[in-house]
Amino acid sequence: MSNFKAIFDTYNWDTTLKSIFDKTTADVKNALEKEKLNLEDFKALISPAGKPFLEEMAQKSQRITKNKFGNTIQMYAPMYLSNECQNICTYCGFSITNKIPRRTLTDAEILKEVTFLKKKGYDHILLVTGEANKTVGIDYINNAIELIRSKFSNITIEVQPLDQKEYELLIESGLYAVLVYQETYHREAYKKHHPKGKKSNFDYRLDTPDRLGKAEIHKIGLGALFGLEDWRADSFFTALHLQYLQKKYWKTKYSISFPRLRPHSGGLEPKVTMTDADLVQLICAFRLLDENLELSISTRESERFRNHIVHLGITSISAESKTNPGGYSVAPQSLEQFEISDERSTEEVVEMLKNNNLEVVWKDWEQFEKV
Amino acid sequence: MNEKLEIADKKFTSRLFTGTGKFSSSKLMKESLLASESELITVALKRVDIKNEEDDILSHLNDPRINLLPNTSGVRTAKEAIFAAELSREALETNWVKLEIHPDPRYLLPDPIETLKAAEELVKLGFVVMPYIHADPVLCKRLEQVGVQCVMPLGAPIGSNKGLKTQEFLEIIIEQSNVPVIVDAGIGAPSHAAFAMELGADAVLVNTAIAVSKNPVQMAKAFKIAVKAGRMAYEAKLAPISQKAEASSPLTSFLN
Repeated sequence: MSNFKAIFDTYNWDTTLKSIFDKTTADVKNALEKEKLNLEDFKALISPAGKPFLEEMAQKSQRITKNKFGNTIQMYAPMYLSNECQNICTYCGFSITNKIPRRTLTDAEILKEVTFLKKKGYDHILLVTGEANKTVGIDYINNAIELIRSKFSNITIEVQPLDQKEYELLIESGLYAVLVYQETYHREAYKKHHPKGKKSNFDYRLDTPDRLGKAEIHKIGLGALFGLEDWRADSFFTALHLQYLQKKYWKTKYSISFPRLRPHSGGLEPKVTMTDADLVQLICAFRLLDENLELSISTRESERFRNHIVHLGITSISAESKTNPGGYSVAPQSLEQFEISDERSTEEVVEMLKNNNLEVVWKDWEQFEKV
Repeated sequence: MNEKLEIADKKFTSRLFTGTGKFSSSKLMKESLLASESELITVALKRVDIKNEEDDILSHLNDPRINLLPNTSGVRTAKEAIFAAELSREALETNWVKLEIHPDPRYLLPDPIETLKAAEELVKLGFVVMPYIHADPVLCKRLEQVGVQCVMPLGAPIGSNKGLKTQEFLEIIIEQSNVPVIVDAGIGAPSHAAFAMELGADAVLVNTAIAVSKNPVQMAKAFKIAVKAGRMAYEAKLAPISQKAEASSPLTSFLN
């Protein structure tokens, strides 16, 4: 298969969803007994039949995670560079139709934000922008990476999908990882939620991890935005995508994030509610599917939920996040992309982790090459 | 009994080498490492700020009983490994390096081709090279030829605690080697460590099994004792294994 689309096109959403709902107690028990799980086992674990086995899944997930990653949690901080965006995304505060003040950080403003985050101890940074090629295109992103590369061991971006050559340029400049969420693998729903802008091209987005793999990026972050469509089917397709990529681009590391739709200025109500129990079930299922996978949880989730989930499979979290450009020190009052839920300071989250007998890891990678 | 292990210009009383990852705090890490009485402790360059003396992990390892063994974990090529080794030599003032090149981020399996290339170059640059490798007897001989000071074949994938899954190959490596053989990765219990030593390994390296146990300090002590016991047994020469019962008093002794 030349790319994931060729595999994806052989699947049907409704048939897939039905096969998940058809899983039985016996399928779940069988999956829980196995050491190496396949995608059918994963379906069983995320199915309604898996729900009564949540505690068993959590126990196993905790055990596997602790053995693989030890008593550690990695810290990262998002830094929003711009809220300019040419896309319409029905669920996003940055959507072009939202009449909000737009801002793109200057070099001086970026460095001011960096100073704030470095003081907090962060060494892993996630740069975020909307999609506006004229103002925050490849040149802007490349400049931002070069500007801060000496200050962070690990620079990750979450920006518009780029071409392979553009990724290669950014990797050369010091980029470590790219997060690119499909939002939903439901083709029609995707079109409904992205009616305008470059993002409306479902296939281009679907092909993005392939382009990243070909560019030999160190890490790719995958995920779906839960709330747009059925979370079980979206999660299955995420796992399918993951396993395809792992076999093809074997030098690349992978992570999964679990964003649930949060309130924002656009005001879209989730079509599907994903409960806390559902999310725990999913996180544990991914851990049981793949013991090496990095699993990340953001400040979208509540303080209470995060206090508990750090023991059930998660390996990295953010804290004190601001989702507006300049939100830490430049323009704290400007509009956020979405409201965060856990509003604790970095220090408070670190304290929570230490009280949970977890070592906080600030640095876990370094680019050892002359550039 | 328990003769010292010699690598390059250093002699080690302890044949248990340890690692620094996965502990719940740096304080607990230090307590465990000291309890293990390990004299060579590996630290991942990617995890520490080697230019910062106040780095949380490094500051806890600043102890005269501890020799630091920087490792290149996280690099994917020989070029990156050489650069990392040079950085660590400058910052940590040691020419010892545990060479780890694993382009596979899932199982962290070592790349034999890049490892051999890097080892050859690092030896020329004056490093004491300790390469982490698959249990490949031919690769071990090739590494020996380019001048590494020991070989570090894996018993099982890193962090798996599965024990000596590569036993057959470890035995060949031990039989053929002219440099110390240190079994690295996969050792999950003191009994695994003792078994490796009984087989004739010169030392073992243990991290996950200590760091992830309920009581890392006590587990470190358990490994210390197991490694000593295994070495003593090896030096005492194990009694041969036999499928048939043998009378302890020979049946024909009356003929004498």
